[in-house]
Amino acid sequence: MSAASPILSSAPGCTDAPVLRQRGQREVFCGLTGIVWLHRKIQDAFFLVVGSRTCAHLLQSAAGVMIFAEPRFATAILDERDLAGLADANDELDRVVARLLERRPDIRMLFLVGSCPSEVIKLDLSRAAQRLDRAGNGDVRVLYYSGSGIETTFTEGEDACLAALVPEMPAATDSKPSLLIVGSLAEVVEDQMLRLFSAMGIDDVRFLPPRRARDLPPVGRGTRMLLAQPFLANTARALEARGATHLPAVFPLGAEGTTLWLRAAADAFGVSPARFHDATSAAEDRARRSLAPLRETLAGKTLFLFPDSQMEISLARFLAREVGMIPIEVGTPYLHRSHLGPELALLPRDSRLSEGQDVELQLDRCRDAQPDLVLCGLGLANPLEAEGFTTKWSIETVFTPIQGYNQAADLAELFARPLRRRARLMV
Amino acid sequence: MQLAVWTYEGPPHVGAMRIADAMRGLHYVLHAPQGDTYADLLFTMIQRNERRPPVTYTTFQARDLGSDTADLFRRAVLDSHARFKPEAMLVGASCTAELIQDDPGGLAKSLGLPIPVVAVELPAYQKKENWGAAETFYQLVRAFARRDVAKRTEGRPLCNILGPCSLGFRHRDDIIEVQNLLASIGVDVNVVAPLGASPTDLSRLGAAQFNVVLYPEIAGTAAAWLQRNFAQPATRVVPIGVGATRDFIAEVAQLAGLPVPHTTESRLPWYSRSVDSTYLTGKRVFIFGDATHAIAAARVASEELGFQVVGLGTYSREFARDVREAAAKYGVEPLITDDYLDVEAAIAAAQPELVLGTQMERHVAKRLGVPCAVISAPVHVQDFPARRSPQMGMEGANVLFDTWVHPLMMGLEEHLIGMFREDFEFHDGAAPSHLGHAATAAARPEVVVPLSVAEEAPAELWTAEAERELKKIPFFVRGKARRNTERFAQERGLRSINVEALYDAKAHYSR
Repeated sequence: MSAASPILSSAPGCTDAPVLRQRGQREVFCGLTGIVWLHRKIQDAFFLVVGSRTCAHLLQSAAGVMIFAEPRFATAILDERDLAGLADANDELDRVVARLLERRPDIRMLFLVGSCPSEVIKLDLSRAAQRLDRAGNGDVRVLYYSGSGIETTFTEGEDACLAALVPEMPAATDSKPSLLIVGSLAEVVEDQMLRLFSAMGIDDVRFLPPRRARDLPPVGRGTRMLLAQPFLANTARALEARGATHLPAVFPLGAEGTTLWLRAAADAFGVSPARFHDATSAAEDRARRSLAPLRETLAGKTLFLFPDSQMEISLARFLAREVGMIPIEVGTPYLHRSHLGPELALLPRDSRLSEGQDVELQLDRCRDAQPDLVLCGLGLANPLEAEGFTTKWSIETVFTPIQGYNQAADLAELFARPLRRRARLMV
Repeated sequence: MQLAVWTYEGPPHVGAMRIADAMRGLHYVLHAPQGDTYADLLFTMIQRNERRPPVTYTTFQARDLGSDTADLFRRAVLDSHARFKPEAMLVGASCTAELIQDDPGGLAKSLGLPIPVVAVELPAYQKKENWGAAETFYQLVRAFARRDVAKRTEGRPLCNILGPCSLGFRHRDDIIEVQNLLASIGVDVNVVAPLGASPTDLSRLGAAQFNVVLYPEIAGTAAAWLQRNFAQPATRVVPIGVGATRDFIAEVAQLAGLPVPHTTESRLPWYSRSVDSTYLTGKRVFIFGDATHAIAAARVASEELGFQVVGLGTYSREFARDVREAAAKYGVEPLITDDYLDVEAAIAAAQPELVLGTQMERHVAKRLGVPCAVISAPVHVQDFPARRSPQMGMEGANVLFDTWVHPLMMGLEEHLIGMFREDFEFHDGAAPSHLGHAATAAARPEVVVPLSVAEEAPAELWTAEAERELKKIPFFVRGKARRNTERFAQERGLRSINVEALYDAKAHYSR
C-alpha cells in the first residue's frame, strides 16, 4: 500500500468514530457453527464436538438438513454418567473416536471441538487430543480447539480452528518471501487469486486452511500473511509468533476492495505499479462494469447491519463505496481495530458503529431507522420481513463465494435480490 | 457419551420453547449462553413464524462465570417482563446453565414479579425435546388449572384438546380436522392447548368432562395429571387413518355419553379398493418416527393400503412399550433407538420398497434409492405446507393415501415397464415423469454407504447368463428378486446361480 493511499491519511472515515457498546441478549451463533463450512473446506478432516444434545441440534439446525451428503462432523453427547464421573471421560472418548474412525477410514485429521458444557466442566480435551494423537500412530492427527459459545461467536470458531493448525505448520526452510492467504475461501476464489498473483510474478502463494489437512503450508520469517477474512485475530497472532508478517489491508470484497487487498501483497513483494496495473486492471474494470446495473437497484438505499459474522464492516464499506448504499448502523460482534483499521478508514463517517448487542434495543433502533434493507441472522429475518422490512440473511455472506473481482457482482446481487423481489411481488 | 451424527430430538429446553411459542401471553426466560439462540431459527425459518419466539436468553459468556451470571438472569427477567408484559413467565436453564447451578426458579421468585412465574427443571443430560415439552406443559397445567372451575354438567358434552404445539408434525392442520370431527359428533371444545392457549385459558381446563389427547408425547403427562386431579378421562386412540378415526369417534362418543354417529367417510377405502391400487399389495414398508405417528402409520399401511410392514421403530424411548406391542402384531423386530446410524443400517437390511419416516430417513432413503414419505417430526420447512394437510381425521386419511402412494411407481407404469423392459428408454434410471427429480437422482452413481448389509454377494455366485436374465427383471423388483434368489441358493447349498436357479427361486417364492 503506498503512502499516498487515502487509507493512511489522518483519521478518515470511521477511524475515530465512537462505538456503541451495549450488553444484553446477543442473537448470534456460537463458534461451533464454523464446522459447517470448515468440514467442507478441509476435505480429509473430521470435527467431533464434545458437548451436549444442544450442540448436535445446533449443527444440524444451522446446516444439517441443508446438507445431503454424510457430514464430516458429529457430536459426542455428554450424559449424566460423564458428568457424575461414573464414566471415565477419556475411556468414553476413546470408544467414540474408535467407532468414528472405523466408520470413516478416510479421515486424516480429527478435531476435538470443545463446547460450552465441556469448557464449564473443564474437560481437558487438549490433553485428550494429544493422547489420542499418540495412540493413532500418526495415521490420524488429532487436534483440539474450542468452539464454545461462552468463548467464541460464530466465525471465531474458524479463527480457533485455524489457530490450532498453526503449530502443525512446518517451519519454512529459508526466509525467502512467500505469501500466505489466511481464511477459508471457496476454491474458485482461491484459483482466481492464484492467477492474479501469478500475473504479478508472485508464485509462492499458499492457503490456510489447505484443502487437505496434510498439506499445511510452511511458515517462517519470510511468510507475508494476507488475511482473507476479518475474524482471524488469534490465528494471525499465532502466525506472527512463528515469524509471519501481517500485511494490513481491506478485505477482498468488491472491485476496489480486491484491488486494495491485492496491492497490499504487491507492495510487500515489490511489484511495480505498472505490472500491478497490467495484472489487475482488466479484472477490476470487468468487476466495476458488472456492479453498474446493481448500483441502480442499491444506490441511495439505507442499510442496517446486525452483528453476526464480523464481516459487517467490510460489507458496509463495499456497499457504501461501490454501489452507493447508506449504512445507518454497522453492528459487529467484536471490533478488531488492528485488522479492520483500513476498513474503518473507508467507511462513511456518519455510519453508526456498534459492537456487541442488546438485541431488543437494537431492534428498536432498527425500527426507528426504517432502513431499506436489513442484514441479520436467521432468527430475526422473517419476523422483520413480517414487520415490513426487507432483509438479507447474513449467513449467506459466509457460505457464498463473495471475495475477489469476479464475485463482486454476486455479492451485490445478494443484497439487490431481496429489494427486487419485494418490488416485484404484487400479493 | 453417545456419538451422534444427526439427532431426532433437540435438548429438553427446546421442548419447553415449543410450548412457550405455541401459547399466547407466556414468556420464557432461558439461562443460556449465546449459541443457544440458534433455536429461534427453528421457529422463524422452519415454521416461518412471523414473530420471534417469546424467549429471552441471558447469553452469558466465559467472563461472567463465577461472577454475575445470577445477576444477568435477574436482569433478563426484569427487562423481559417490562418489555413484553406477559401474563405469566416460564423460567429455566439450558444444558450449560444447568451446570452452573444458578437456580433460575429461586432467582425469579425472589424478584417478586406481579405475575405468576413457573420454573421448569429439565435435566439436559438425561432427557430430550419431547420430554421437555411434556414436562413444561404439565407444569403449566398444574400451575394454572383452577380447581374451583365448575365442570359442565348439562347440554352438549365439553372436552379439551391437548397436545398440539409448535414444530409439531401437521399439528396446525390436525386441530382443525379434529375440531370439525368433534363438532359433527355434537361435542363442544372448551380449551385447545398448548397451541393458541393463554395461561388464563389453562385455568378453565377443569370445565371439560374429558380430554382429547392428540399427541401423547406432548400431552400424556398433563392428561394423566388431569385424570387424577380433575377426574377427566382421556382418549387413547389417535385418529390417524380411517380405522383409527372410526375408533376415535366411538371412543369420544362413549366418553361423551352419545350414541356412536354415522361417520363421514374418507376417499381412502375406495381408492385403496380401486383396481389401480392392486400394485400396492404387499409393498414392503419400513416405518420410523415418533411413537404416535409410527404406530398409526403401521396400522394404515397394513390394514388400509395393503402394504407389508417390514420394519417399525421409534426414537421415543418413553413409548417403547407401545411400539414393541405394535411391532409384535406385524411380526417384526421393534427398533427402539435414537441413533441415526442404527436406523440407517436397519433400513438397508430390511430392503423396503417404501420408507415412512422423518427427515432423517428421507436422507437414508435417498441414499438407498428407495421412495420415502415423511410421517413424523423432526420437521423440515416442507412439513409446513401452504395448503392444509392434516394427518388426522378423514381428510387426514386422504392426505396419507396421496402422500404415501405418490412417491411410488404408479400401477399402470409398473405394467408398462414390465412390458417394455427391453426398450432402451425404459432403463433403470428412467423414473416415471411424475417423479421428475428422481430420474436424475437415479442416474447419478449412488454415494457408497459403508454398510455390510448393503454389500452384494460376490459376483462369481451369479453366472453371466443368470446375471443378464436378472437385469431383464424391472429394476424396482430386481433387488427383491436378487435377494430371494440368493437366499434360495444359500438354503439349498447352491455354489452358483444359473438361470434355472433364478426361476426355481421365483417359483419357490411366488405365492
